[in-house]
Order: sequence, then structure tokens, then C-alpha cells
Amino acid sequence: MSGIARIESRSVALPVANIDTDQIIPARFLTTTTRAGLGRHAFQDWRWLADGSPNPGFVLNRAEHQGAEVLIAGDNFGCGSSREHAPWALLDAGIRAVISTGIADIFRNNALKNGLLAIVVTPAEHASLLAGAGEPIAIDLRTQRIERAGTAPIAFSVDAFARQCLLDGVDQLGYLLARADAITRFEEARA
Amino acid sequence: MTATTLFEKLWQSHCVEADRDGLPAVIYIDLHLVHEVTSPQAFSLLRERGLRMRQPKRTLATLDHSTPTTPPRADGGRDYADAATEAQVEALVGNCAEFGVTLHGYDSPERGIVHVMAPELGATQPGMTIVCGDSHTSTHGAFGALAFGIGSTEVGHVLATQCLLQHKPKTMAVNVRGRLAHGVSAKDLALHVAGQVGVAGGTGHVIEFRGDAIRALTMEERMTLCNMSIEMGARAGLIAPDATTVEWLRGRARVPSGAAFEASAQRWLGLRSDDAARFDREVEIDAGSVRPTVTWGTDPGKVVAIDARLPAATAANARAFEYMRLRPEAPIAGERVDVVFVGSCTNSRINDLRDAADLLRGRRIATHVRMLVVPGSERIKREAEAEGLDGVFRAAGAEWREPGCSMCLGMNGDIARPGELVVSTSNRNFEGRQGPGVRTLLASPATAAASAVAGVVADPRVLAAEVAA
Ligand code: SF4
Repeated sequence: MSGIARIESRSVALPVANIDTDQIIPARFLTTTTRAGLGRHAFQDWRWLADGSPNPGFVLNRAEHQGAEVLIAGDNFGCGSSREHAPWALLDAGIRAVISTGIADIFRNNALKNGLLAIVVTPAEHASLLAGAGEPIAIDLRTQRIERAGTAPIAFSVDAFARQCLLDGVDQLGYLLARADAITRFEEARA
Repeated sequence: MTATTLFEKLWQSHCVEADRDGLPAVIYIDLHLVHEVTSPQAFSLLRERGLRMRQPKRTLATLDHSTPTTPPRADGGRDYADAATEAQVEALVGNCAEFGVTLHGYDSPERGIVHVMAPELGATQPGMTIVCGDSHTSTHGAFGALAFGIGSTEVGHVLATQCLLQHKPKTMAVNVRGRLAHGVSAKDLALHVAGQVGVAGGTGHVIEFRGDAIRALTMEERMTLCNMSIEMGARAGLIAPDATTVEWLRGRARVPSGAAFEASAQRWLGLRSDDAARFDREVEIDAGSVRPTVTWGTDPGKVVAIDARLPAATAANARAFEYMRLRPEAPIAGERVDVVFVGSCTNSRINDLRDAADLLRGRRIATHVRMLVVPGSERIKREAEAEGLDGVFRAAGAEWREPGCSMCLGMNGDIARPGELVVSTSNRNFEGRQGPGVRTLLASPATAAASAVAGVVADPRVLAAEVAA
């Protein structure tokens, strides 16, 4: 995993509350044994019509939003199933950051472990971001600020440990493996 | 000593390293449950890194999510939904053999939904930390274990190190006082609490369910309630162990026997929140006011009592009304039902099947309704058949299936058709959860059975009164 310091992109708004991980990737696409190729099915039932053609009414299908990497979503994003296929699908579909007023616990954990930024802002900041949806936006993980032309930056905070792992491009398994001695001592003390 | 909550005791006793300076805690995991859908990428991670499993004996695997619920064919083959689900099952069989993990596969009399079979085996015990790549791991909290769902990357972490990196959650007490009325089930209580707390109300918290109404619940009912903690956004649900817990576990395959069991039981009974312990948040629920409850919307917090009217239209619920094709302020009872599903890790245990069978005995389901009854495990299937419940379901016109997750998430091909209304004893009513365009209404087994008979959403208390008369 290479380090992530800054994302510069246009944003796209999907201000629906309680978007669950079944919506992000329906169960019928969890049959894979790899992580790859799930992007086509991100938001499957909203994005594609029954005949397989793109739903023209769905925001991510509009021409002006192609290539947008920052999703501004409604409250409690990523609730429901623990499937890590949800962040895998979003990343594969080109989304690199999700901003909401609330993000479900397991989804946030899964997202940060895969390099998908999961950012929580206040309702007022969220409203301002929605008003500017579609415009260029920058998310700087070093300074923990969301920057947009003509408005004050928005400060956010990402879990310090996850942030350092993302900046350094290291994954958390390495940190855990390095704790092997402490784990052995714990096991011996309990035996 | 400061007074501590049950959660804190469980947390402290599993801290390999406490959290400090922004670094997460290293938490030791006693039991890791694995199924075919969220594990293949984790085993691949081990192979890519040349790692072995640290403690293969602390992992227990089963097949449940993508397995067919139709019996094997005469040639021994199974009718999978597609080649990919079959490959997934084969991948788990191969991974368990390669890494030395005990798998309860098709040949095991203990195979079942992961959150049903692990407690049956006595693998789930008070005081443990339990994780699984599945959000309904919260079910095991019914035993006073700290149990929560994780993603596939974390499944890999546990396989390799038997530990997880975790930030300490907050605590929330849901105090349920009084007594559930006759004809009101743990599922009704769970849906009622989800409605009160909201689907994000528990975010960042571990919920402890407390109070005399909780103490009065059986273990099966406690599992139904803790199962749905994740539907309140919580990391985990917890109920302190008591005599009910101890007696339920006595004699199970994986618990110690004899004097060792008594010693364990003494330890388990000490696992409770201190009287003076403080929670970050407390919610009060009056059990006596709970009525049979169902969901009407597209998240488990949008609930309504069976004899009440739907809420008025608001901007926030417009989308749910549109998807569900329901009218604001209309009664929910009387809505036409197409499919009824009794099953899932919420309500597929023997008591659930008995609840449904009691209302179906000597009756037929409505001619336009299709009903699936899917026991949670091979053990429950045997038990139900020994009691003749399968015969009751079949005679009523319902299908009696092989154990698995089935229509709870529809991965195995058990789905409904677009637009159909399913009264389901499962835990999620999200858009498309039971098939594209399918409308799901969550309910108790009794409400599901009563609705199957009536052909419309129906109050089980009415049918129960007829049965009694
Ligand atoms: S029954 Fe449903 S909720 Fe339970 S483990 Fe299976 S898919 Fe998940």
C-alpha cells in the first residue's frame, strides 16, 4: 500500500441517510474470493437498471461526476453488514474518501485499513460541503483539513494511529506482528 | 477500586497492551468464528505473507451464508446458486485443511449459522472475547462475552496474531424494567428498542442490556436481543451471566465438565457491572409497554406496533415510504403479504420454530403466500423433526429447509421477486436485502406465522386467542 497524503478531486453528493453496506455492495456479489473487480457493482441497485443499462437518474452515472473521488454522503454511512467488500467496491469504483456527519464503526475501521478515508464533519460543515458538491475539493491528511477555493478550510480528525499508517503506507498487521513477545507473555500468564 | 462495568472488566482482562498516546489497545481474542464469505481474502493474506496461524485451535469454522437450503441431490451434489458460491465453500474447506482449523462442514451434525452453532457447542462462553467477520457476532454477548463483528483484513489479523487493534468503545446501558406482556417476544422487544435508540444511536458504544425484564429472558431470547444490537449501531451487546446462562451451558461439548464446570460457573457469575458503575449513556425501556412490533421502512429503526398506524410523512422518511409502497398514517396490519421467512441467526432457534408452529398447527397458510422455514443448525433441525414441527410446517403448506442463512441475505439463491412483500424473522430490511426491489418487513416468528395464515400482516395475539379458545 502506498502512502496517502492528499486527495484532490471533485466531490459528488449522495445525501441519503443510513446508506447500508447492502446498498454499497449487495450480498449477491460477495461470492468472490478476491478483493478485485467489485467496483462495477458499487451501489448496484441504484446504479444499474433491471436490464443492465445505467440508471440515468443516479448521481454517480452523470457525465459531470465521472472521476469524482470524494463522496459526500448522508448520516450513518456504511451501517449494517461488516462486509469489507463495501470499501473494496468503493475504492475500485474510484472513490477515495467519504465525508458524512456519521459513519458506522465497522465500515470506518474497514475503510481506513484499505486506504479509503472516512471523515466525519459537523452538520453545518456537511451542509456547506453539499452546497459546493461537484466542485474541486482537497483533503489533506497531514494537516487534517478539507480545502476548497473561496471558503475557510474544514478541520477533521482521523484516528491518529490509522492516519500514521496511511501516511507511511504501512499496514496494521506489521504493527501487530511486532507485538509477538507481548502476546506470548499474555498467553503464558493466562495459561 | 473504582466501580467498573462488565464491558470494562472484559476489556481489561484481554488487554495485551492498553491504549496509550493515541495508539490502539492490543486485544486478545479467545474465540474466532469463520464462515465462507468473509474469510477467503484473509487466508490469502496469510499465504501472501508466508504466515502461519498463531492459534488454530481458537478458530472454529462453519458453512452457512452461501449454502443451498435444498437437500443434496441423489448424486451427493448440491444445487448452488452459481459456481462462485460453490467455489467459496470449497475455498473454506481447503483453507481449513491447510491451516488446521476445525470446520463444521456438510458432514458435521453441528453445522449451522455461525451465531447459532457456536453457542450450541458451548464454544461461546462468558468472559470471552469473540470475533467473526460478521456483524451479528453481537449475538454471543448474550452470554456475557465481548463479541463483535470485524472486516476481512481484521480476520487476517486474528488468524496471524490472535489479536486485534482496538480503540476502547463507550458504554451504554439499556435498562429494561417490568415484564414483557403475554404474546410479546424478545424480537418485539429488540425491534422496539431499535426504534427507541435509532439505527445510529449506539454508534461507538457497547450496549449492556439490564433490568428485571432481561433477567427473565431465556438464553435463546437473550441471543435474539443481543443479535440486534448492531442494528442500533452498537459495536456489541452484552448481558451479564446468571443462573440461566450457567444452566444453558451445562453439559455442552466445549464446556468443561464436573468440578471444572462448577469452578467456571463461579467465575462466570462474578462477571457483572458493579452497582456503582457509571455508563456513558443510559436508556430506560418499559417492557410492559412493548406490543408485537414490526418494521415498516428500510432500516431496522423504522418500527411500528402491529396494531398502530404508520407515521406521518416527513422529508426524512419519504424514500422509505416510496420503496416500501406504503401509505403514511395507514395501518400496517392488513397489508398483503407474498412471502414469509422464518429463519436467520435472530430467530431460527427451537423456541422460534415452536412459536411459529403453535400458530400453524391444524391450519393452512393463505394460498397466495409462499413460506420458508429454515432451522438455524443441523441440531435444531433434528430437534424440530423429533418434535414433529416439520410435519406441522409441511401440513400448513410451508417449505421445510436445510440449515443456513438462506433468505436473510439471499446469497444462496433464496430470494423473493421484485416488489414482493416478505414478512421475515431476520434482522435487516435494507433495500434489496432479500433480492432486488424486494420489500422486507421484520417481525417475530409468531407475527410471521400469523401473517402467513392471514395472507396479510396480522397481529399474532388474535390468532393465538383462537388457538387457546
Ligand atoms: S443469518 Fe443473516 S444476519 Fe445471521 S449470520 Fe447469516 S446472513 Fe448474517
